[in-house]
Amino acid sequence: MDDFIAARSQMALSLGFHIIFACVGMVMPFFMAIAHFKYLRSGDEMYKGLTKAWSKGVAILFATGAVSGTMLSFELGLLWPKFMEHAGPIFGMPFSLEGTAFFIEAIALGFFLYGWGRFNKWFHWFTGVVVGISGLASGILVVAANAWMNSPAGFDFVNGEYLNVDPMKAMFNEAWLSQSIHMSIAAFSATGFAVAGVHALMILRQKNVEFHSKAFKIAAFCAAIAAILQPLSGDFSAKDVAKRQPAKLAAMEAHFHTEAHAPLIVGGVPDEESQSVKYAVKLPGLLSWMVHGDASKPVTGLVDIPKEDRPPVAITHYSFQVMVGLGMVMLLLGVVYLVLLALKKQPLSKKWLMRLFVLATPLGYIALEAGWMVTEIGRQPWIIYGVMRTADAVTPMPGLVYSFYLFTAVFVSLSAIVVFLLYRQILMVSKLYDVNSPDYLDKN
Amino acid sequence: MLYVVIAYLWASIWLYLLLGGADFGAGIVELFSSKGNKLHTRNIMYKAIGPVWEANHMWLIIAVVILFVGFPQIYTLMSTYVHIPLAAMLLGIIARGTAFTFRNYDAIDDRWQKVYSKIFVYSSAVTPFFLGIIAGTTVSGTINPQADNFLDAYVLNWLNWFCVSVGCFTVAICGYLATIYIIGEVKEQSDKALFVRKAKFMIIAAFVFGALVFATAAYSGVPLAQWIFGHTVNVIAIVLAIASLLFMWKSLYVSSPVLLRILAGFQVTMILFAATSTHFPNIVLLHGGQALSLLEDVGSPKTIATLAWALLIGSIFILPALFYLMYSFGKENKEVIGHDA
Repeated sequence: MDDFIAARSQMALSLGFHIIFACVGMVMPFFMAIAHFKYLRSGDEMYKGLTKAWSKGVAILFATGAVSGTMLSFELGLLWPKFMEHAGPIFGMPFSLEGTAFFIEAIALGFFLYGWGRFNKWFHWFTGVVVGISGLASGILVVAANAWMNSPAGFDFVNGEYLNVDPMKAMFNEAWLSQSIHMSIAAFSATGFAVAGVHALMILRQKNVEFHSKAFKIAAFCAAIAAILQPLSGDFSAKDVAKRQPAKLAAMEAHFHTEAHAPLIVGGVPDEESQSVKYAVKLPGLLSWMVHGDASKPVTGLVDIPKEDRPPVAITHYSFQVMVGLGMVMLLLGVVYLVLLALKKQPLSKKWLMRLFVLATPLGYIALEAGWMVTEIGRQPWIIYGVMRTADAVTPMPGLVYSFYLFTAVFVSLSAIVVFLLYRQILMVSKLYDVNSPDYLDKN
Repeated sequence: MLYVVIAYLWASIWLYLLLGGADFGAGIVELFSSKGNKLHTRNIMYKAIGPVWEANHMWLIIAVVILFVGFPQIYTLMSTYVHIPLAAMLLGIIARGTAFTFRNYDAIDDRWQKVYSKIFVYSSAVTPFFLGIIAGTTVSGTINPQADNFLDAYVLNWLNWFCVSVGCFTVAICGYLATIYIIGEVKEQSDKALFVRKAKFMIIAAFVFGALVFATAAYSGVPLAQWIFGHTVNVIAIVLAIASLLFMWKSLYVSSPVLLRILAGFQVTMILFAATSTHFPNIVLLHGGQALSLLEDVGSPKTIATLAWALLIGSIFILPALFYLMYSFGKENKEVIGHDA
């Protein structure tokens, strides 16, 4: 493995893990606040137990996300110094605001976790909501910084120099809105399905059923709504990408030849040598229609993009297919759940539905990672689209492969421990959190 | 506006050293506790730092963000040539932050606690050690971008006696800050005596390593003595720090905890002041006499202005909330600490 590949792999790995920790930390506080609200309104102790149980999960994942985020703020420089030297002053604005949001999140979490019985109950509830809002704001800001890499703005690039820097313009670049909406909804849908899946499993196993049912309803409802909204935001994103980054769109769709009535290619095996896609289902005119709202208009193909500026086609296309496919599965499951709920058919008592939710546990996160791969790999070979190549940004320090191995080991063991801890929290539900269970230890 | 940004940079490094340092110190003190009172020490310290520990480490992120937005050349030069200790420090931060959380949020109390605690105490010492090494590297004039071999360019600039001594000194300072902080938090006399003993141990360690820093500086050709004793303000700063320390040594038992904290904070502030004022506006000294300057190696004026506004506005949100957090739990701790739950 050469140093460049090692640096890219380490960055991908760090972000890939951080995305999971950060998204849970963004969304779980809202679930927690909903449960807390229900407790405060109804006085039902079980909701209090649920709030506490979820807050432990938030604490574990927040801490993990905080350290992996700290690490990333250094890794940007450790791995891509040439990029940061020029990009830092331009796209740094969202990062400095994110620092503020994240700081507030940490303070609010301190209040929330240690504040039971110490403060006015609605102030205490409010600190939990602040955790969620500032977490979401952090996420949006970081995505705005990433959007700048896809859609550089706020400077003039003249003879290799970065002039007339305007950090506000850089932050509100053309891609920030579509990307941050898509990412935020993805976080809700992925976390919602993951949480709902875990509680569905416990319901199927007949353990603390009432407790897990209350938890499931909150998570599944949010997940279903997010899964229904996501295709709309996806369409908005894709139109945006088509306009700004035709190479990325062409790679996503494995669209090689510029043509009118461009077909939408579903599945298939792209072959960059022969510039064709084998075994695919082609829906004529659909791509043109989706991009332009008019099937007769042409869509730029990869052939019309210089070879040195093309992203890797196969992996971008596969990732995109995985994301869209899983998105559709979650959409269907969400619709089925909401319909059953609306018809008062008691969806939680249907074993087949609970089994489907268990199977769907990881789907949101797989889709989220796939989507992130689409946007990052689809941007290659650029680190700042059209301005700086990734290969020109890497650190001159040799031996990065050892750093990659080390960080891989750290992340894998960290994730293993996080899963282990969450598992142990679930094991202890009947003792610590479920007031109705016979072996509940009342610690208050 | 540039001076606003520089002030924030200095303040966040200062607060990280004080608050984050005391936090690292908690682990360091635990590391050097005898087997008999390790658990007791840990319980007292957890109650004192629990609610605010996460906030203490945010100052590092603020400092890094200020560096890469406002002073990109400084950030990229450091992260290129001081890559290895930075990575080591990061591993320490990851291990420590997660181990602390894991040991408090593991629902089942079993032998895993021992694993988390081991990781926590060792990484609490490793992280400030590498922070010290990095700080030492910035002033030792050993970073050499022209070096043509791996060892000179990426290793020997930080792996030398001077930087290692600064690392050890930083560890001792952190332990010292933690013990002084805890003295004010404990209720029972026996606990107070315990932490006074620990504080004295840390003061001696800080003195020994401080002397070592000067000795190794002379050995490695870093004109440290000249920098400190050649400037009147630095001499005053160091004299004040040592005088207040001697006063404290005498009165660790009887002084009010607030006074002790103010004095300890004052001493560390003076050390940081002396270390940074000498070269201002230079912040990183390079091999061959060149340096990176906070006034010259700066991002565009518009970036600096926006960054300054972001920091000022951010402070309006953060500082009151942070003070209220520390105040609320500080008050509570007075009532509960000292009894092992």
